[in-house]
Amino acid sequence: MKIRSQVSMVFHLDKCIGCHTCSIACKNIWTDRQGAEYMWWNNVETKPGVGFPTLWEDQEKYKGGWELTGKPKNPDLKLKLQNRLQTFGNLFSNPAMPTMDDYYEPWTYNYGDLFNSPLGDDQPTARPISRVDGKPIEIEAGPNWDDDLGGSNVYAANDPLLENMSEEDKRRLFSIEQIFYFYMPRICNHCLNAGCVAACPSGAIYKRAEDGIVLINQDKCRGWRMCVSACPYKKTYYNWATGKSEKCILCYPRIESGQAPACFHSCVGRIRYLGVLLYDADQILDAVKVPDEQLVQRQREMILDPHDPKVVAAAKESGIPDGVITAAQRSPVYRYVKEWEMALPLHPEYRTLPMLFYVPPLLPVLSVAQEGGAQRVENDLFSSLENARVPVRYMSRMLSAGNDELVVKAYQKMIAVRLYKRAQEVGDVTAAEAAAALVKAGISAEEAEAIYRLTSLPSYQERFVIPPARREGDIEEIYDPQQRKAEAGFGRSQSPHRGL
Amino acid sequence: MLDNLLFVVFPYVAVAVAVGGTIYRFLTNQFSFTSLSSQFLESDIQFWGSTLWHYGIIPTLVIHMMGFVFPKVMEALHGTPETLYLAELAGKILGIMALVGAALLFYRRVSQSKIRVVTTPADWVVMVLLINQVVLGLWIAFGYRWGATWFVHTVTPWVVSLATFQPAPQFVSALPLVPKLHFLNATLLILVFPFTRLVHMITLPVEYLWRSFQRVIWTRRKVV
Repeated sequence: MKIRSQVSMVFHLDKCIGCHTCSIACKNIWTDRQGAEYMWWNNVETKPGVGFPTLWEDQEKYKGGWELTGKPKNPDLKLKLQNRLQTFGNLFSNPAMPTMDDYYEPWTYNYGDLFNSPLGDDQPTARPISRVDGKPIEIEAGPNWDDDLGGSNVYAANDPLLENMSEEDKRRLFSIEQIFYFYMPRICNHCLNAGCVAACPSGAIYKRAEDGIVLINQDKCRGWRMCVSACPYKKTYYNWATGKSEKCILCYPRIESGQAPACFHSCVGRIRYLGVLLYDADQILDAVKVPDEQLVQRQREMILDPHDPKVVAAAKESGIPDGVITAAQRSPVYRYVKEWEMALPLHPEYRTLPMLFYVPPLLPVLSVAQEGGAQRVENDLFSSLENARVPVRYMSRMLSAGNDELVVKAYQKMIAVRLYKRAQEVGDVTAAEAAAALVKAGISAEEAEAIYRLTSLPSYQERFVIPPARREGDIEEIYDPQQRKAEAGFGRSQSPHRGL
Repeated sequence: MLDNLLFVVFPYVAVAVAVGGTIYRFLTNQFSFTSLSSQFLESDIQFWGSTLWHYGIIPTLVIHMMGFVFPKVMEALHGTPETLYLAELAGKILGIMALVGAALLFYRRVSQSKIRVVTTPADWVVMVLLINQVVLGLWIAFGYRWGATWFVHTVTPWVVSLATFQPAPQFVSALPLVPKLHFLNATLLILVFPFTRLVHMITLPVEYLWRSFQRVIWTRRKVV
């Protein structure tokens, strides 16, 4: 058993209000530079919808992630993009690379015209100009172009996830009274079997063993752009000005100094959780070679119980410091992913073992407004799950590679916790009904209480259990930690300009 | 005197600058080593231009190198009229591919405003020198027939003489102007190598053929 630690994440979609504060926090710190304007290491998209970049989930178009080939009994794992030899043939022009048009052309406005226009009868206007070549442009797309339009059949109908859904489900999705949407914030998943790392011809992309953060060595990147295609989540971006690829760095300078990443820290809805997971690295290859519907279960099996003395002993043997093990034991991510099984990975069928997990949004409508106040829709709330606005099928296509059961289980727990607290606090649900819901969801009253606490009332320290970075010790041996803190960042001693 | 300057001193200076400059640049500014791809900004012309260019020029370059390193093999390959004809035909096709590709890339750089934003003066120098080189090469191929055979008796001994530090410019000094310009332009390309995007040639990621897919790096080895 080769145990490694991974700083992992949970996004609780039920709490996301789609305010984009996370995106702005990230943009202000990391990507407010020429060549990086179009990058959104953190973005929030409206689902159902096409997302950013447009149609990123369509892997027939972008060839991201892995696929199984050969016999079903003894399958081979292969990058969907290309094999090793094809990589060399495609170095000169990458056939599956998204271009700027698939994202959007960044722009600003000619503000000077507002002040410098000659006196006239008309109001001066500030025309939009491209931030690439400075020419006037028609704005045709943006990073959140379909924001809040998720329900409309103009944008949502193009969602690649709808392709296998029944006509009945689609009808339900687009009938006016039933329209729904939810927000999905996305950052790099810091995968265990990352496609970007595997596709990088230069070997510039790597996973830090201490905390599992996936980084691109800017000195070793040669701009072959294979990572951009091979990442099925389109979370590596090509900087057109420097000729290097860049991606979310999980704010490692902040993590190393004990702070949560900027997008986590700034989250208004407090939907984000960060903590350590211990996993068995020897199981990675086996875990991605199972059929689609078993992928999530297999990934959960890889994640080890940090309270198990055997695991603790093996972790120490593998060189994981005590502080990290302690952090793993307090990890909110472990509770959501493994203990409660409420958080699911995004598109596990890409077989990259993403380590960012989502608690599905509880969209089923539990009550409707009527004269005389809110009215519960049905007495048996579980039957309403099947008649829910968002078809379970849609969520399972997104979060469990088509395994409906896992999504239903997560929902049952969320509904049970609501009924349980409702019975306690409001009293319009009988204690017997709440108890029945808990039984059906398979959780105890204590667990329901714990889920409630971590979902609704978590403190900063409960949401973000940041492991002490091993690096701190290394740095202290070299120079003053205070000086290091001031210098920590993306900067370089040479400014990152293009070419010589 | 002029021959010594152009075909002895100049090549030595160019190679010294190229080797020293590239090593210095790699050690001090590795960040600047990249393909500087602009496919992200424009991909349609880029596909045809870059693919034709590279698929044409890389085999051509390898064949030239073969002529220096394994002249006997090349001589044998060109030994009969049939193989000589085929070899010259292949060379012409590769050269035309490279020329068409380079012309497309040149057009792309001129016509696309986004590409002009990421174009430096050094890029123009490289582009003009490369097109020069291919045009001169094709001129030789079409104007001075059977170059494949006299290559090994003129250029090869000259390059070998330089490599073995026994310079013998007389092997090339009697050649017509066009081949001479071809050699001088090649020497110029070597000279500008470390100052331009040409350095991406030495970053060909050969290791990718055998390295493991995943890369995990420990900052510090396990402390026991």
